[in-house]
Amino acid sequence: MTREERLENLRELSGTNVYACMKCGKCSGRCPANVQPHRFVSLLSRGKLEELLNSETAWDCLTCYACAERCPRGVSPVSVVEAVRKTQVCMKENNKISAEEIPPAIGEHTPQQLLMSVFRKCNG
Amino acid sequence: MQRIGVFICHCGTNIAATVDVKKVVETVRAEEGVVYAADYPYMCSENGQQMIQSAIKEQNLTGIVIGSCSPRMHEATFKKAAAQAGLNAYMVEVANIREHCSWIHKDIGEATKKAVILVRAAIAKVKLNAPLQQGTSPVTKRALVIGGGIAGIQAALDIAEAGFPVDIVEKNPTIGGRMAQLDKTFPTLDCSACILTPKMVDCAQSDKIEILSYSEVEAVKGFVGNFTVKIRRKARYVDETKCTGCKACMEKCPSKKGLNEFNMGLNTRTAIYIPFAQAIPNVAVIDPAQCIKLKTGKCGICSAVCGAKAVDYTMQDTFIERQYGAIVVATGFKPIALDNFNEYSYATEKDVITSLELERLMNAAGPTGGTLLRPSDGTHPKVITFIQCVGSRDTSGCGKPYCSKICCMYTAKHAMLIREKYPDTEVHVFYIDVRTPGKNYDEFYRRAVESYGVDYIKGMVGKVYGENGKLMVQGENLIDGEQVTIASDLVVLATAIEPEPSVRKIATLLTASIDTNNFLTESHAKLRPVESPTAGVYLAGVCQGPKDIPETVSQASACAAKVIGLLVKNELKTNPCVAGANESMCNGCGQCANVCAYGAITYEEKQFRLGGGKTETRRVASVNPAVCQGCGACTVTCPSGAMDLKGFSTKQIMSEVESVCRA
Amino acid sequence: MQSIENGNALNGAGTQTFVPKIVAFCCNWCSYAGADLAGSSRLAYPASVKIIRVPCSCRVNPTFVLKAFQQGADGVILCGCHPGDCHYVTGNYYTRRRMALLFSFLDYLGIERDRMRVEWVSAAEGARFSQVMNDFVSKVTALGENRKIADIRCKGASGGEDVAGGNNDD
Repeated sequence: MTREERLENLRELSGTNVYACMKCGKCSGRCPANVQPHRFVSLLSRGKLEELLNSETAWDCLTCYACAERCPRGVSPVSVVEAVRKTQVCMKENNKISAEEIPPAIGEHTPQQLLMSVFRKCNG
Repeated sequence: MQRIGVFICHCGTNIAATVDVKKVVETVRAEEGVVYAADYPYMCSENGQQMIQSAIKEQNLTGIVIGSCSPRMHEATFKKAAAQAGLNAYMVEVANIREHCSWIHKDIGEATKKAVILVRAAIAKVKLNAPLQQGTSPVTKRALVIGGGIAGIQAALDIAEAGFPVDIVEKNPTIGGRMAQLDKTFPTLDCSACILTPKMVDCAQSDKIEILSYSEVEAVKGFVGNFTVKIRRKARYVDETKCTGCKACMEKCPSKKGLNEFNMGLNTRTAIYIPFAQAIPNVAVIDPAQCIKLKTGKCGICSAVCGAKAVDYTMQDTFIERQYGAIVVATGFKPIALDNFNEYSYATEKDVITSLELERLMNAAGPTGGTLLRPSDGTHPKVITFIQCVGSRDTSGCGKPYCSKICCMYTAKHAMLIREKYPDTEVHVFYIDVRTPGKNYDEFYRRAVESYGVDYIKGMVGKVYGENGKLMVQGENLIDGEQVTIASDLVVLATAIEPEPSVRKIATLLTASIDTNNFLTESHAKLRPVESPTAGVYLAGVCQGPKDIPETVSQASACAAKVIGLLVKNELKTNPCVAGANESMCNGCGQCANVCAYGAITYEEKQFRLGGGKTETRRVASVNPAVCQGCGACTVTCPSGAMDLKGFSTKQIMSEVESVCRA
Repeated sequence: MQSIENGNALNGAGTQTFVPKIVAFCCNWCSYAGADLAGSSRLAYPASVKIIRVPCSCRVNPTFVLKAFQQGADGVILCGCHPGDCHYVTGNYYTRRRMALLFSFLDYLGIERDRMRVEWVSAAEGARFSQVMNDFVSKVTALGENRKIADIRCKGASGGEDVAGGNNDD
């Protein structure tokens, strides 16, 4: 995939219109894991592929959907985060990522729920 | 048999330089029906017009075609000239051989050929023209203003100033509207009541203005200049003509638990009440849902204490019907309900309030006498957090997609007033964008930041929750890139505004256009901003779109100017190029009325004679020529082809098409 | 008269080049004024475009378009105010929907889509009017003559006056 195709693929995977974002920051204001979902939306809308693919914060997301629930513009930032995770996984060999490769959790505050959701959804 | 005259203008050399005018004349002279053809250097000149007029008389012409500049330029001139010569003005057609021909083509042969085709098309059309007469309709010299807020008051005062009688219909017991509830007004911070109540008094004292308070518009018939409006006067249970406003009844009323609407439900009122001290009319009203006498039949204290004998428990709604020439809609707004925004805990936390509630809490006539106290425990809040755009700019379906426009300014006002009055208070404002266009507006906002030390945080609040008697406001500071949680004592939500919901019913009654957000649509966003597409209906204030007081007042005065312009006329000339249904073809299906933006089409039951002495009654469309603007939308919609447009009939256009394609 | 009547011009070599017949319906308030502005700005477009004035684009019945094609027009263009700017508030929205249906009908008939066009031209867009017309004419010229539904009795192009004069049916 070329860079452009990869970006297009990310947008498609996320299934949300990142251009509807009006940069109010409500998603980040609501985020319980403090992953700043607005940054993912902004990076994708501005085509910053490398930042997204190297993002470690993506793995901190609980996928609790609070950001999508509260967004006044109907954007789903969490879907972008999930798309980033999927893409990161797919770009590894064997389309797999081992538990050891997941970036270390930010700290002891990281809930169990996070690891569960990561394994369930993205460690196929 | 039509006798057509054709007149080709040289326009100096403007046309003649690229169109062989003589050749055009000679060519079209041979057209069927053309009995006269001539050319002249300047057809629009005095001599040119005389030439047309004498040809009409001498040749007994039944229709004329002028080959000249654009009809947008001189069609009116030629129509007038023809009418003076005794030819119906609608028997004149203009072929545009300057803008659409000579000016854009260089080759004489090509341009001449095109000019011939254009003139021929006009001949083909004029052959099918029919003489049309401008109709007239009388004008009732009285205006109706729906809504007694600042918009309605200003419009009524301006109309009355010009000498026309005007009625204000207000659904609440008093006029004054939202502005009466405000404490101070931006950007000058003058007290709202001090500038509004004199205007309310002016309305009451004007011999031209009649205030129909506690009344609603029930039905509207008619059209521009001739509206007939049925108004419901709701039972007040107090005789307006007798009540002196002494408030003795209010002191004695035992039913004291009604929510005070004027104070946004922050305190209570009695069942018989006057909404606020400066109410106009200063007359009591009984809330039938709360009054013990009306509910159970036992009480009657207010009647007993009333020295004027004004209380009447048997009062019923009454109806009046009046004639009006023009109607101003000024129905105003309300803050949206916050049911969809439980993240702000508005329903569960008493100290989360809306901005309009804050206005009442800061007002000297409000529930706290002007001292800012928390609704929950009556203490002074030390940390106050404002949240902007609550429900505004929301396309998720929870709120409103538009910007409510006034919130940035009133939040800056609130923040500033609080910092001024209670300098030990910490004030934070969460914002998405600060939008303060307007004279002295941005300066006002900057003053809040620079002189009053209000902490503006770019970012939105994700949730508000109570913890240890504090309200924790968790939001994002986008500039610093960090999540912040502010422990506050009071949270103020800059709630989105929406049109007063009753406006939809009024729009339906008036056949005025309304958009998906319940804002009434103006006739032209730029050039006709105060007129509704429905002739004779004008729009003032927030019912047309979010706006602040200065803008509302300007719009109301603009409405008044338009109304006065209409009411000074004794009769209205109507455009004869209107739609009309061929009743023998119309089956009354109702499609045409659906597409009519002006509500010009109604249906009536008509009797038609069939053969053999039989009759049948059918529903057929009927176009009001005073209301129809002649767009032709209905003509294409009509499935049976019964609807046609005078001046641009299907036959005429078909004939033009044929003529253009023939060559 | 024949020289004026003749629809197709002779080029230098004496062979005929195809000059299409274009009917343009323009609404009175925006597009007709836009055409006037193109004229007063001297912005040329081919003489094959003939403008018919209608009060609003919504006055144009799809049958007018079909009639034009039947009568031998090679292209039909309908111009109205920009959506939202209609003098009659909602007229051009009706136009847009009706013409969308007409396009699928033309598809059904097998008429090239490029022969029919709907454009929004405001009263201030003289340059755009001229550019739209130039573009449309060149597209239609490339498509060649409209043979599909043109009534051959109506094609006066080479036959001259007699053929055209003889046809009066709708």
